[in-house]
Amino acid sequence: MISRLFKFNGGVHPPQHKLESTKAPITTVAMPQRLVLPLRQHVGNMAKLQVEVGERVLKGQLLAMADGQISAAVHAPTSGTIVSVQDQMIPHPSGLPDICITLDADGQDRWIEHQALDYRSLAKSEVIQCLADAGVVGLGGATFPTHVKLREDAHRPVKTLILNGAECEPYISCDDMLMRERGEEIVRGIEIMQYLLAAETCVIGIEDNKPEAVAAMRAAAANSSVPISVVIVPTIYPGGGAKQLIEVLTGKEVPSGKLPTEIGVQCFNVATAYSVHRFINHGEPVISRIVTVTGEVSRPGNFEVPLGMAIDQLVEVAGGATSDINGLIMGGPMMGFNLPPAPVPVVKATNCIIASTPGMFPKQPQALPCIRCTRCADACPVNLQPQELYWFSRAQNLEKARDYQLFDCIECGCCSYVCPSNIPLVQYYRFAKSEIIAQDKARQAATIARERNDFRLMRIEREKQERAQRHAQKTAGKTEVTADDEVKKAAIAAAMERARAQKTEVTPQNTDSLTPAVQTEIAEIDARRTAVESTRSGDNPSDQEQQQKV
Amino acid sequence: MLTALLVMIGLALLLGIVLGYSALKFKVEGDPLVEKIDAILPQTQCGQCGYPGCKPYATAIAKGEADINQCPPGGEAGVHALADLLGVEFKPLNAEHGTPKPKSVAVIEESLCIGCTLCIQACPVDAILGAAKQMHTVIAAECTGCELCLAPCPVDCITMVPIAESPTNWKWRYPVYEIKSQINPPTKQVA
Repeated sequence: MISRLFKFNGGVHPPQHKLESTKAPITTVAMPQRLVLPLRQHVGNMAKLQVEVGERVLKGQLLAMADGQISAAVHAPTSGTIVSVQDQMIPHPSGLPDICITLDADGQDRWIEHQALDYRSLAKSEVIQCLADAGVVGLGGATFPTHVKLREDAHRPVKTLILNGAECEPYISCDDMLMRERGEEIVRGIEIMQYLLAAETCVIGIEDNKPEAVAAMRAAAANSSVPISVVIVPTIYPGGGAKQLIEVLTGKEVPSGKLPTEIGVQCFNVATAYSVHRFINHGEPVISRIVTVTGEVSRPGNFEVPLGMAIDQLVEVAGGATSDINGLIMGGPMMGFNLPPAPVPVVKATNCIIASTPGMFPKQPQALPCIRCTRCADACPVNLQPQELYWFSRAQNLEKARDYQLFDCIECGCCSYVCPSNIPLVQYYRFAKSEIIAQDKARQAATIARERNDFRLMRIEREKQERAQRHAQKTAGKTEVTADDEVKKAAIAAAMERARAQKTEVTPQNTDSLTPAVQTEIAEIDARRTAVESTRSGDNPSDQEQQQKV
Repeated sequence: MLTALLVMIGLALLLGIVLGYSALKFKVEGDPLVEKIDAILPQTQCGQCGYPGCKPYATAIAKGEADINQCPPGGEAGVHALADLLGVEFKPLNAEHGTPKPKSVAVIEESLCIGCTLCIQACPVDAILGAAKQMHTVIAAECTGCELCLAPCPVDCITMVPIAESPTNWKWRYPVYEIKSQINPPTKQVA
């Protein structure tokens, strides 16, 4: 299937230091008393908490579920009680705390009910949803949620499934030991992945410094139902980078800013295949991982560690560090970072812990000016121009750095490794990258704020218009009403007029047949009335009016 | 003589028609300069510049009515960007309009809120949620930190809380310390 191998540009050959930790088989670590589980152990959204403080949980129980597509669940590595949910130190280059669940083990290690999944009888989408709930992430160190990568895409079918067993970084040997001891189980995982992606070929790439792993995987692959080829790739750092391994095996370069699926390839770490198998065929979510503990410790080796165990304790299990160490490194010497002095837990990304001494990794001598020798460009596995990127990053000319494809940089550290001036190039790139990301985020937030402000102004304007319209309607209504009023007033006036006219017209009906006495009396009264009226009209006409009305 | 005049008049008419047509055909809607300036402004909508929002300030800059150094949230970087865009000299921020502060969000002390809705009316980006006589709260993700809600609050229950550094918004530092502490100044090296 793979007839010949290809090469990527550059790469370096740092001392391997893998033998120290591969002498003993994988040791399962005793369950510690207390586990600290960060809610963010993966790329993407923080997992959503599903338990309360004080709650008793069983081993394998869901503690936090995936929030959205790019997220992964967190499970209880043992049975016990949730003691707290609060900010605690996490293994992160920032040395800043993040939200963690603290679980106190009850010592019973009692499993929650779990069972294997008959993945061939289920719809693929259901299997993928189950994987999202199982908290499976890429265990090579990137911790990208695996279920996202296992979705079949009709537009970009995966032809080649590549399993990354290269493990190129010095000191790290966890994948090597896993392949040696659990090859069969890795192959079961590959079978599931192959089924989900409907890949035509499956290739396991292993560097030639791991002959035992190659032999174990070849033996396991021979028993598999799907054809899996085990390919030996030359040992060169960073040959285990996903894109580099793809290039070595297929000769195709993943386009800048695109995913490997663009060229019909999908790549997983062997340990990820193993955890897919553990979940699908045994129902066990990701609650432990293999960690290499090496460097200046008494018994370097590989350990199966429950997630959340304090790294200090793990170092003690490995015989404890010698007294002259100046810190612990998580990851390898090329891409890893120094852990903060405070205790931090093992997370899904923890592939290796190195107890380092000043002798192992001497402090970088003073950085000298760049002499433009371009050795960094010769060493760059992604064909960038590190010296240009360095100038732009140093001058904080971020747009220019982006134009020179800063974001294709995998931060492998080859450029810094070969730099004769000892310039900490990767640090400049990391600075520039995080600065650009922050600027982009700020720009996005500004766009949202602008839209919201525009909408608010539009709404205020609309409300104003609506009010004006309502007001206009009201006033228009009022004039109509006044017209009505006038009509009414006129009607009233007319009625009053009529009444007055009637009043004046009306003559007393009982004056026809009157006795002369009554007539004279009436005449007298009339005379008196006119007399009174005339006097009143003289001093008070309104009274007279009143009189008249009366 | 007459021919020359006629030719000139004819040319003038022809060019006039062409220009008049293109003025209609290629008319630019709105002022592109205002848009460009507005894109640089941080959209805090705080009004510290003396204008009722970022767009009015951008318009004023474009018209030449306002200076480029009146936006504290944009910081020196914003002034630099504006200076580059407009081709003018950089000026330090005008302290009259305030000084840059760390990015903050408003937080309502919910136990004190009386539900008067005054802050809701003041918020330029509709980032406060609530109703009359109901407790209000700030949607932190939408808050621009403009502080316009502080003044109207009758019970002073709103405070500005700086956004804390967390693993999600943490940035790698500029590796200046490693070089500056060890390297000689360039002038000495030349010597």
